[in-house]
Amino acid sequence: MANQQTAKYTIAVTLIMCLVASILVAGSAVLLKPVQAANKALDFKTNVLKIAGIYDASQSIDAQFEKVEVKIIDLETGKFTDAISDVDKFDQTASAKKPELSDKLGAELDIAKIIRREKYAKVFLVNDDNGLSKVILPVRGYGLWSTMSGFVALDKDLNTVLGFGFYDQKETPGLGGEVDNPKWKQLWIGKKIYSESGDVLVSVVKGHVDDSTPDAEHKVDALAGATLTSNGVSNLMKFWMGDNGFKPFLTNLKNGEA
Amino acid sequence: MSSKAKDLLVKPILENNPVILQILGICSALAVTSSVKVSLVMAIGLTLVSAFSNLFVSLVRNYLPSSVRIIAQMIIISALVIVVDQVLKAVAYDISKQLSVFVGLIITNCIVMGRTEAFALKNPPVPSFLDGIGHGLGYSVLLIVIATVRELFGAGKWFGIQVLPTISDGGWYVPNGLLLLPPSAFFIIGIIIWAMRTWKKNQVEKESFKISPNSIKTQEIA
Repeated sequence: MANQQTAKYTIAVTLIMCLVASILVAGSAVLLKPVQAANKALDFKTNVLKIAGIYDASQSIDAQFEKVEVKIIDLETGKFTDAISDVDKFDQTASAKKPELSDKLGAELDIAKIIRREKYAKVFLVNDDNGLSKVILPVRGYGLWSTMSGFVALDKDLNTVLGFGFYDQKETPGLGGEVDNPKWKQLWIGKKIYSESGDVLVSVVKGHVDDSTPDAEHKVDALAGATLTSNGVSNLMKFWMGDNGFKPFLTNLKNGEA
Repeated sequence: MSSKAKDLLVKPILENNPVILQILGICSALAVTSSVKVSLVMAIGLTLVSAFSNLFVSLVRNYLPSSVRIIAQMIIISALVIVVDQVLKAVAYDISKQLSVFVGLIITNCIVMGRTEAFALKNPPVPSFLDGIGHGLGYSVLLIVIATVRELFGAGKWFGIQVLPTISDGGWYVPNGLLLLPPSAFFIIGIIIWAMRTWKKNQVEKESFKISPNSIKTQEIA
C-alpha cells in the first residue's frame, strides 16, 4: 500500500471518490428524470381535475385532461395571448422569478406577498355542449410558513366558486395544514367572489357561517388555530381575483372579448 | 445466523438504541413524526442509507487517508442520500412531496455519520452493513412509536385511517394540536428515555458534571 501520509495520495483518493460519487449521483438523476417529470406533470393535471370536480379515479388522467383546454393569458390586458409558444412546458410559477417574464409588485399592491407577478398566466377552460362550463385559475400567496399554491374553479357565471384547493403548501400540519381538509374545501363551493359592483368580497372570517349570516355567500369559516394561514388565503383571493390578478381576464371573458 | 450477526442487528433496537441511548438523530425524529406514513418512508430511507454507507465506507477504509476521512464519509453518505431522494421522486411522488427537505437532511443525521465513523472504519464490510441495518431499525422503531402517539392523539388517525372520530368530523374526540407540533416529540422522546432507563438501569449515565452551590469555601477567597 502506498504511503498514506503524502499529499499526493490524499488528493488522488479524494478525487477518485468524488468521481465515483458524482457518476452515481448524475447517473441516477439522468436515468430517473423522465419518470420524475411524468410524475410531476401527472400530479399537476390531477390537481386541476380534482379542483374542477371532474376527477374520475377509474380513468386515465391524460384521457380526462383532454376535455380541458389550456390557454395562456396576458394578465395586464386580460386577453389570450400567443406570446408563449409551448403551452405545455410553460411553468407559470417559475416564470414569476424571471425578470423578462414578471414585474415587481409594490408593497401596497402585493397583498398576497408574492413579490413578483408573472406577465402571463396559464388558465384552464372546460367546455361542454353549451359552450364554456368551467374556468380554473391558478392562485398563490403566502400563509404562515410557506407560499401556498392552488387553483380556483369558477362556474360559467365567472363568479360562483366550484372548487378551491392547494396543491402545494407547507403550513403547520393539523392547524394551517387543514387548508387541505376536504371538509373545509367543501365550504368554498357555491361562494360568490364578486359583489354586484365587481368588488372582491369573498373572504375568510372568524366564526361559523350559515344562511343567517349577513353576506354569507361571500364568507367562509376560518380555520381554527390558524389565523395567519386563514388571512393568507383571504389575501391571495383578494389579489388574484382583483384588478392585478384575473379580474380583467374574467371581465373580458364575460363580454366575449378575451 | 451467527449470534454475533444477530447482536449487530438486534442490539441497537432496545439495548443500544441510537436515539434513546446514544441521543443521535433527534432533529429528524422531531421533524417527520407528525404522521406514521411519512415516518415509515423516512425510516426506510435512513436504514438504507445507513446500511450502504457503512458498507462502502468499510470497503474503502484501508485506503482512506485519516486526514480526509470525515469528508470522504460525507461524500459517500450524500451521494447515497441523493440517490434515495431521486428514487423517491420517481416511485413515490406524493410521499416525496411530504418529506421534502427531510430526505436531504439524512445527510446530516448523526446516526449515519456516527456509525460510519465509530463502526465501519474499524470493521469489515459485512458486519458494518449489518450494523447499519441494525441502527436504522433502532431509529425506525422509535420513529414509528413517536409517530403513532403523535398522529393518534394529535389527529385521531393512524396511518391516515381515522381511529378516534374527531369533533370537526362529527365525532367525540378533541385532538390535541400540540402533538402535531415538533416540540411534542421532545416530550415523547423524554418520556421514552425515562421509561427505558427505569426498566434497564444499566442505561443510566454516570453523572459527569455535578452542580454544587460552592466548590471552594468562602474563607479561602478572603
